[in-house]
This record gives sequence, C-alpha cells and structure tokens, in this order.
Amino acid sequence: MNAVLPQLPALQVVIPLIGALLAAFMRRGGPAFVLTLAVSWTMPFIAIALLLQTLTTGPISYHLGGWEPPWGIEYRVDALNGFVLVLVSVVGAVIMPFARRSVGLEIEESRQAWFYCMYLLCLTGLLGIAITGDVFNAFVFLEISSLSSYVLIALGHDRRALLSAFQYLIIGTIGATFYVIGIGLLYLVTGSLNLVDIAARLGSVWPENSRAVVAAMAFVTAGVSLKLALFPLHAWLPNAYAFAPSWATAFLSATATKVAIYLLIRFYFSVFGAAIEIDLLPIGEIVIALSIAAMFIASLIAVFEKNLKRMLAYSSVAQIGYITLGIGLANQAGLTGGLVHVVNHALMKATLFLAVGAIFYRAGTVRLDDLAGIGRKMPLTMVAFSVAALGLVGAPGTSGFISKWYLAVGALDKGWWLLVFLIVGSSLIALVYVGRVLEVVWLREPASGISVAQEAPPSLLWPILVLGASTIYFGFDTDWTTGIAGQAAKDLLGGLR
Amino acid sequence: MTDIVSPERLALMSVLVPLVGALIIPVFRARPNLRETVTLTTAAGLCLVTFSLLGQVLSGERPQLTLIDVTPELSVAFKVEPLGMLFALVASALWVVNSIYSIGYMRANHEPRQTGFYVCFALALASTMGVAFAGNLFTLFLFYEALTLVTYPLVTHKGTPEAIRAGRLYLLLLLGTSLVLFLPAIIATWMLAGTLDFTPGGILAGKASPVVLGVLLALFVFGIGKAAVMPVHFWLPAAMVAPTPVSALLHAVAVVKAGVFAVLKIIVLIFGIDTLSEMRQSTWLTAVAATTVIGASLVALRQDNLKRRLAYSTVSQLSYVILGAAILAPISAIGAGLHIAAHAVSKITLFFAAGSIYTARHLTEISQLDGIGRRMPWTMGAFAVGAIGMIGLPPTAGFLGKWFILQGAMQTANWLAVGVIVLSTVLNAGYFLPIVFRAFFRAPPAIGHSHDGHPRETQGEAPWPIVAALTVTATASVALFLFPEIAFTLSKMMVGR
Repeated sequence: MNAVLPQLPALQVVIPLIGALLAAFMRRGGPAFVLTLAVSWTMPFIAIALLLQTLTTGPISYHLGGWEPPWGIEYRVDALNGFVLVLVSVVGAVIMPFARRSVGLEIEESRQAWFYCMYLLCLTGLLGIAITGDVFNAFVFLEISSLSSYVLIALGHDRRALLSAFQYLIIGTIGATFYVIGIGLLYLVTGSLNLVDIAARLGSVWPENSRAVVAAMAFVTAGVSLKLALFPLHAWLPNAYAFAPSWATAFLSATATKVAIYLLIRFYFSVFGAAIEIDLLPIGEIVIALSIAAMFIASLIAVFEKNLKRMLAYSSVAQIGYITLGIGLANQAGLTGGLVHVVNHALMKATLFLAVGAIFYRAGTVRLDDLAGIGRKMPLTMVAFSVAALGLVGAPGTSGFISKWYLAVGALDKGWWLLVFLIVGSSLIALVYVGRVLEVVWLREPASGISVAQEAPPSLLWPILVLGASTIYFGFDTDWTTGIAGQAAKDLLGGLR
Repeated sequence: MTDIVSPERLALMSVLVPLVGALIIPVFRARPNLRETVTLTTAAGLCLVTFSLLGQVLSGERPQLTLIDVTPELSVAFKVEPLGMLFALVASALWVVNSIYSIGYMRANHEPRQTGFYVCFALALASTMGVAFAGNLFTLFLFYEALTLVTYPLVTHKGTPEAIRAGRLYLLLLLGTSLVLFLPAIIATWMLAGTLDFTPGGILAGKASPVVLGVLLALFVFGIGKAAVMPVHFWLPAAMVAPTPVSALLHAVAVVKAGVFAVLKIIVLIFGIDTLSEMRQSTWLTAVAATTVIGASLVALRQDNLKRRLAYSTVSQLSYVILGAAILAPISAIGAGLHIAAHAVSKITLFFAAGSIYTARHLTEISQLDGIGRRMPWTMGAFAVGAIGMIGLPPTAGFLGKWFILQGAMQTANWLAVGVIVLSTVLNAGYFLPIVFRAFFRAPPAIGHSHDGHPRETQGEAPWPIVAALTVTATASVALFLFPEIAFTLSKMMVGR
C-alpha cells in the first residue's frame, strides 16, 4: 500500500489509458463494458484520496518519471483541481451503469467496444488536463479528450451526428491551435512550460514583453473559451449534444466543458493573475459581459427549442455563463459561486441528459411535442428530471440556489445591484423553458406515440435517481461543495498579485 | 417520551407529519376509503401537534430548532413565535374540516387522479407549516417556494387547456416575483444586517438609509406575490380553476395567508415597527394596500362567477392585513393578526358553500342562484354567516380584525386608512348581500328548464360531508367572535404588548 500511495497522481491518468488500450482489443460490447465499469469505479477512490490528502497537507507535487520540474512534467494537485478530479471521476462512475443498455440500444454491436475505448480515452484526457501542472502536457491531454469526444459524438445513431462531430472537430481544432499558440508565446517569454514556473518568471519579464504576454493571454482565452463554449463561441455545442449518443451527451455535458473551465481558471488566477496586475486589463469586464449575454440569449433560445436535448444544450450554454460570471467577478463569494456551480451544474445536467436518454430508450423520441404525458408513464425518471430542472431555475432547496446565492452575494459585494437583478432575471427565463417542459410531460394527456412507454429499467433508473437526489442533497449540505469551492477560491484569490 | 415531544421537536413534527402522510397516501391508491382515512388521520395528527405547541407559546416560550446549517450564513431553522402559531393553528384546524369536505366533493364530482390530489394537499400543508414556523428568511423562502410548487398540480388538476393556462400564470407570477424581487431582498437584507433571523424589534434598525429601507420593503411586498397586492394579484382569480377544496383551504387560507403572514412577519420582525415608523417609509404601502382593497372590491362587484367574486374579495381582504401592518400602530398590527384568522374561517365557509352549490346543482354563476336558499338552506345559511364576516359585522370574527385596524388608523390619524375601511365595508356589503338576497328572496326559476335533458332536482343539499364542513366553519366564525382570547393573545404577543 505504501508503495502505491505516492503513485496515485500517475495512476489517476494511467489506469484509464491502459483501460482504453485493452478495450481497443475487444470485439464485443459486453466485456468492454465490464472493463470500463471497473476502471470508472476505481477512479473516484483515487481522486477522493488525492483531494483529502491535499486538503490536509497542502498541494501534492508528483514528478512524472522522476524528472524534476520545471524540466520534467509535474502533476500538481491542490484544492481546485482535486475538486475537479473528484467531479469528473464521480460523474463517470455514477453514470456508467446507465451505459450498457443505452449504448446497447443506440450503437451497433460491432462499434460498442470502440465506444467504451473512446470514453476511456476521453476520461484519460479530462483527468489529465485537470491533474497536470505542465501547460504543454495539458495541450496533449486536451487533444486526447477532444479527438475521442469527436468520435463519441460521431457514433450517434442519427446521421446528422457526423456533421455535428465534424463541426465540433473544426472548431475544436481551432481552439486547440489558439491554445498552443498562446502557450508558445508564454514559452518564448519565460522559457518554461511548468505552470508554477511560468507564473514565477512572468512577474519579472512581463513589463518588457507586455505585448507578447497580452497576446498569449488572448490566445489562451480564446482557445479555451471555444472548448468551454463561452458565448458566443458556443456554436458547436448544441448540435454536438443533440446528436451524440444519449450517454455520451450526459458525460460530456457534465465533464468536458467543466474541465475546460478549470483550465481557464488556472490560467487566469494561477498564471496571469499571479504574475500581472490583471485589473489593468478589462478582462473581467469582458468575461462578465459575455456571461450575461450567455445567461440571457442562450436561455431565450432554449425557450423556443422543440428538441429536448437541444433545449438542454442551450441551457448548458446559459449555465456556463453563471460559472464564467463567477470567474469574472473574481471576489471570494463570486468565485465560490462560480466554482460551486461547476459541480452543481454538472450534476444537474447529467441528471437531465440521462433522463432524456431514458426517455429515448423507452419512447424512441426526444421531441417535446411527442412527449406529452410521459410523466405518467415514467414517473420516477420524470420526478428526478423535474427536480434537476428546478435546480436550473435555482429554486431554494436545490443546489442551483446555493450557486446563485453566492453569485448574487459576490455581485453585491462589488455593489453591483443591477447584476443581482440580471442573475435572478435570467433564472426567470430558465423558469419559462423548464415550466414549458414540465407542463407538457406532466399535464397533457399521454400522446399515442408513447402509449407503450413504461418506467426505465433499474440500470437506467438508479443513476438518474442518485444524481437527481444529489441536486437536493447539495441544496442542504454544502460542506463538500461550497466548503471546498470556498477553499479553492480563497487559494486562487490569495495568489493574485 | 418527554424528549420526543419536546416543543422543539413539535415544531419539526408539524412539518414532518403531513410529509409522512403524503408518503403513505399513495400506498393505498387502490383503496379510496383507507386512503382518505390516512388524510384524515394526518390532518388530525397535525392539529394535535399544533395545539400541543399552543400552551408553550402562551406561557411565553419560543421553542426553536436549527435543523441544518446549509452554509455558514444560511440555515434551515424553526422558531415558534406567536403569529406563526396563530397561522399554524388556523391552517391545521381548517385542514381537518377541509379534508372532510374534500372527500364529499371529490367523490360526488367524480374528480380524476384523487390520490395525487390528496398527496399534493398534504405536501401543501407541510409547506404551510414550514412557512408558519420559519425561524429565518431563508427557511421562509424555502417553504414559500415549495408551497407554490406543490399547489401547482392542484391548480392544474382538471387538465383542461384553461386549467393549464391558469397554472402557467400561477407558476410564473408566484415563482417569478419571488425569484426576481423576494430573493434579492433577502440577499440585500443579509448584506445589510449580517443575519436573516426573525428577531423581535427587527434586524435592520440603523443599518440602512430610509430610502434603501423603502426600496427593500417594496421588494418584499411585491416579491411576496402570495399576498396578492395589486398588481401581482392576477394569479389568484386564475387559480380558481382548481377544484373547490383547493380554492377553499389553499387559496383562501394557506397560500394567501402565507403571503400576508410573511409580509406581516417581515415588517414586524425584520424591519421592526418602530424602525419603519421613524423612517416614515410606509405611506406608499398604505396607499398600495388601500388601492388593492378598493380596486379589488370594485372588480368583485362586476363578477358574475361566484368563485371569481370570492377570489377578488380575497384579494381585497388580504390587503386589510397589509394595511393593518402599514399603519404601523401596534393595535392595528394586532388587528392584522386577528384578521388573518377571521378572514380564514369566513372565506373558507363561502368557498365551501360555492362548492356545495356546484356539487348539488352544477351552478357556478351568481345570476343562476335565484331562490337557491330555499333548496339548500344549510349551505346558504352558512354563506350568509360568511358574508357577514366579510363585511365585518358582529357577531362574526370579521368585526374584530376590522375594529382593531380601524382603531390603529384613528390613533395614528391615518385618515386615508379610515376612509378605505369604511368605504370597503360598504362595497363588501354591495357585493355579498345581493347574493344572499337573491338566494333567499327571489323566486326559484321554473322547474323543468334543464340543460342536460335530466329533470332537475328541486330539493336537496350537497352530500353530508360538505354540509357538515360548512356548518362547522360558519359556527367557528361566530365562535371566534365570542371567544377570541387565543387569537387576541397571540396577536398581542407578536407586537410585544
């Protein structure tokens, strides 16, 4: 045991990578699923162990291959990315049992093993981005996760999935290119690729290289913002989410954008913010303006969407706006709100997309008009759906309320009254699109097309119920969410220059 | 044993008892008699719980209990204070009567989905108790929103397009105002005062300028849409589409009283009467309440639909409570407390009568009620008692509330309020007495003009549970006039006299 513990940071990434390799050699979906399940269920233990360790003893620094940073690659875990690692691995573990039947229905047998292989690669990439302390290594993992998610999306049963994946591939590649240009500029200026090292060197070299540094910041921001679907760089997201296999949508919506958000936070607060008086640049104002635009415009589009998956996808763009709003506010309460919404939104959206997956499994459609009265056919699934949907609105008693409370307090701390009303005002639009769905699924007489639909089978139902319950649980017990988010926010803001 | 029923636990049990009832009811969905027994037992149990708390409160104790600390600043906490005690007593006692009535009504009218109906009803009572015993603004907000959500299925119970439209308005207006106005007010209160606890004397004294307090008060008054202050009253007439037991207990007692109760509680225990009267920030509130009292009465005069006329009468009567609070004389605040109880028993009687007429005769319009008093003497007799209570004449409890509010208005030389009370008494008489006159002194329409081909029955009351229920509440409104001690003492304790 003592030999294993110090190696946990590497195992967090290596286990899914090896799992992906093994899955690639399998022909049938069943064994691949069992393998993936085993890997997915191992990940949270490692992540939680790392998080607990970093909370008690401070940041963990792991030198890959024994090479000293800044020359070697360093894996570095602190409260912030420990939090992200736990989120990604727990979501993956909880929703995994759902995959067998859902993937079994939506993807042909010969491709199922590939699907699991791609999922494990994607998991490797996401966990890798979160854990690494090396900006180029982060780029490699970004590409691993992106390439595998293009494949995951393209495996959707609808042929439009191919086009969506291609669209995402183009935009994703542009994003990755921007990112690599950005870190290239940083390397030119500082001569280092290690996050901590860059931050340390940047402080002294940036005055004479200010133009290059600002350009690096712009490139990194634009590149990462494409990945996290910051409005108006979100165009790839609705189609990708709408046409990907149900399970993949749930996984990607809960994790992929969240890890990209983590990367943005890391660059802003631990690299640029730590080295430069970032207030000199209007970056916070720009992010806040875009966030507000996302909260309103994407929500309004969601109101008029007829396809449930697309509606939820636009809702994701809007909810990401809340997260980036917290980043833009950059004060203790605001950043805590943004960080906690990373988790809360991930859990809510995973619930919603899984529920939609269960609906598709039973009813074969996700068009809202065809789903009249589905609540009476699948009551438990739809109760979980409704709870998570109310979380999007921010009803008290749900985790969404906690996020919005902190964001609003953060806005008030700055004395921005108007912003408080914008935050609650956009919840009102969320209420409209959520209310519209609830009305159709609960109050209309069941449509003829879904007359044979019945409650989802247990392997689909349980992940939905567990995640749905988490929306309520984290609305009342916030030690694990706001507690850690608050700690991470404090560390980040404390590091600001 | 004594520990289990300690006063603190009782406050919690008042929420848990109906909640548990709501969980048991669906178990007996196939056996209506057992199912209704569960409802009745739960209602009786709740009544027992609230009445066992009464002694403690009267002897000056204020049991309190912090259930969950959600975040360092937000906690779910209960505190039994006199006004909440009064509200809980009224709501729980009337729930027993209303349950008997519901059984008669739902069965006689062959309403669909009765299990869901009783479940939502029990949940609504649990939320009401939460509002009544809330120890801080967050808890109040939590149960306030829950009350909206669980009554939504009751409003839309019929499932007709009209009901769905009404439900939409109900949800948007109530949730909307609370999210956009009430919530920011709570956040601002926390920022100003550093606490959200209900405290005798208020928590905002000296914390903000008069203008800020004025704005804050406006956010609270209009944000609490359930108080139905014009112009946020539209949801109430719309909600009349619900089955009559819902209109009777929820939209004449629990939901609307939760609104005015919250406003009263916020004025007395958050702002503090003394603070507000020093700041002179309630003149506009008097004006708003006055406008609502008179405006709603004028609209009521022109309604031919009985339930809609009752609804507008409720809007008008609710603003009496707001008026009583806005006068800022302790004696009128006592009047406001009394009026909450008095209006509850009278208005529920009127709705019971309306439902009784609908059940026995399928009549909904006032113009159809010629001579109905001769056929349904019990129903219309009770209606007359309720009407006298609305007008505010002895020997009904309606007199007491009005009397004290009037006294306070005269003490503070608030002639606007005096004028409004006098004028509205005339208007109340103007829209209730014609109904009573029509029912008893006009000749019934000639027999045989039936619309559905069946010979119309000429004799007969509604089923006995309905008649029993409305007789009890009519008697109660007289009894409350004769023995007002409990209500009076509790209201006095609220203002600390």
